[in-house]
Amino acid sequence: MKGVGPAVGSRSFVSKLRDGDEIARLITFLFAASVVLITVLLVYELWINSALARDKFGLHFFVTRVWDPVMDEYGALPFIFGTVMTSTVALLIAVPLGIGASIFLAELAPARVSDTLQFFIDLLAAVPSVIYGLLGVFIVVPLMRTVIYPALNKPFGYLPIFKGPSYGVGFLTAGIVLAIMVIPYIISVSREVLLSVPRDQREAALALGSTRWESTWKVVVPFAKSGIMGSIFLALARALGETMAVTMVIGNTPTIAASLFSPGDTIASVIANQFTEATGDLYLQALIALGLVLFLLTFVLNGLARLLIVVTTQKGSGMGNQ
Amino acid sequence: MSARLRWRKFVSNFMLTLTGICAAVSVGILFFILGYLVFNGGTSVNWAFFTQLPKPVGEVGGGMANAIVGSAKLLLAASLFGVPIGFFGGIYLAEFSGAKVASVVRYAADLLNGVPSIVIGIFAYSMVVLPFKHFSTLAGAFALGLMMIPITLRSTEEFLSAVPRMLREGAMALGASRWKTITTVIVPAAYRGILTAILLALARVAGETAPLLFTAFGNRFWSQGWGQPTASLPVMIFTYAVSPYDDWHRQAWAAGLVLLGLILIINILARTILSRGIAVPRG
Repeated sequence: MKGVGPAVGSRSFVSKLRDGDEIARLITFLFAASVVLITVLLVYELWINSALARDKFGLHFFVTRVWDPVMDEYGALPFIFGTVMTSTVALLIAVPLGIGASIFLAELAPARVSDTLQFFIDLLAAVPSVIYGLLGVFIVVPLMRTVIYPALNKPFGYLPIFKGPSYGVGFLTAGIVLAIMVIPYIISVSREVLLSVPRDQREAALALGSTRWESTWKVVVPFAKSGIMGSIFLALARALGETMAVTMVIGNTPTIAASLFSPGDTIASVIANQFTEATGDLYLQALIALGLVLFLLTFVLNGLARLLIVVTTQKGSGMGNQ
Repeated sequence: MSARLRWRKFVSNFMLTLTGICAAVSVGILFFILGYLVFNGGTSVNWAFFTQLPKPVGEVGGGMANAIVGSAKLLLAASLFGVPIGFFGGIYLAEFSGAKVASVVRYAADLLNGVPSIVIGIFAYSMVVLPFKHFSTLAGAFALGLMMIPITLRSTEEFLSAVPRMLREGAMALGASRWKTITTVIVPAAYRGILTAILLALARVAGETAPLLFTAFGNRFWSQGWGQPTASLPVMIFTYAVSPYDDWHRQAWAAGLVLLGLILIINILARTILSRGIAVPRG
């Protein structure tokens, strides 16, 4: 956008200054620069304010199972475990459902229907997480106790993941709520990626005699594969950092257990629960160190997701231009 | 038709139906949430809810007037902080900056957009709460404002860049300065899209709870000022929902209904009326 029009170059600096151009450039630059500054500051503050914990525990922080504010002993392992466990459950449910729905929206539904449904999906993405938590507490938790737990524990109770008692709250409950929360992200991004697949790919497959499903599943989806992976990474990043809904239904006890019915804790939920009551410096800094871990995780995942999505949509538009 | 072909056609129809069911379930969740909230909260939304303070623990009744005002104050202050940075930053990216600087700023904004809200809360805590040694409305607004910056910035840039080149050139050919061109031609041409994005950003942070937990904290009474902790609707919903009291649960539903209603109305208005014919960015 620089140097639009031939007149710009010929005007003197003084006249530009009089028109306010240089001042406007400077002022808007300060605003733009402050965005970079804020981001740098955010990383810096997380780093500095976790120094005590990082120095004391080092890399052992990641493998220590104890989280004991009384003895001032802190390890991140139970929370990392909980985060991985809930996110895995969430993705196992959300990925098939989300990709199925996005295939329907991109390949099958007429444009009008697809846009309307996408509108509702966008609204679903706008529902705040505390509302999901509210519904989780009063719908999913009782449902877990009365329906899901008996249905899974009776026939499959010998499997470690379905063993033990259920309190309603726990990894599985949190995973289900998380799944519902991340579905809209998977659908929106996957749909866009699928729509960017060039038309001739579909037509070629159909012309070769494949059925509608075969052209979708064997040609269109593989073409969009990395973009769909991107949408999954994006959803994973959201699931990892999701706080309120998880905090409300996970039970908030640092546990490492194979059972999906066991109550647990995630990185985000332990920060939400204990931050205001963290009395000692080391306690607070250990929590901030957990925040740093969470930040780094989502940073890497978001970066990967963006890369994959851009690669796919560019591949699509590149083919379309030929 | 051979058996093999019949089988393939069957699989095709079966799988395609399945994708339809996936879509129906996903969209159905929205209506289920809405219906359930109306069903549970509808009877509890009354005059007292909007006008009274919370009653002491154990007493039935009361409302969330302080939380409603608190949320409004938080959103106002957050917008005053976040929108100018995003808006003017976006103008810089679209109109003044070179490619290198733009990509750095864009990268920072995307990074900020991906930061989990609880981590934003930690940042606001260390920037505002720690120095002032006090939970405060301003700290909460700082956290929420931060979350508005990336959406405002990226969409301002996008909508400004989408303004046709001819408009720009026309204004400049008439002798207008760049800044004059921006303020009188380009921004007015793009304002509907930008306003949509700002409203969506506002709706998004209106429901944020995690960054408020240890910044704005909470308050059972009227907040004494910008430097004092304040109640807010999302935090109230959280506290009430996990409490053991039935009457608090009832009020949590009411607050949930009010909050979600507000957010959905802003979303629907922004996406349909304001942005007719404009591709709306997703947060």
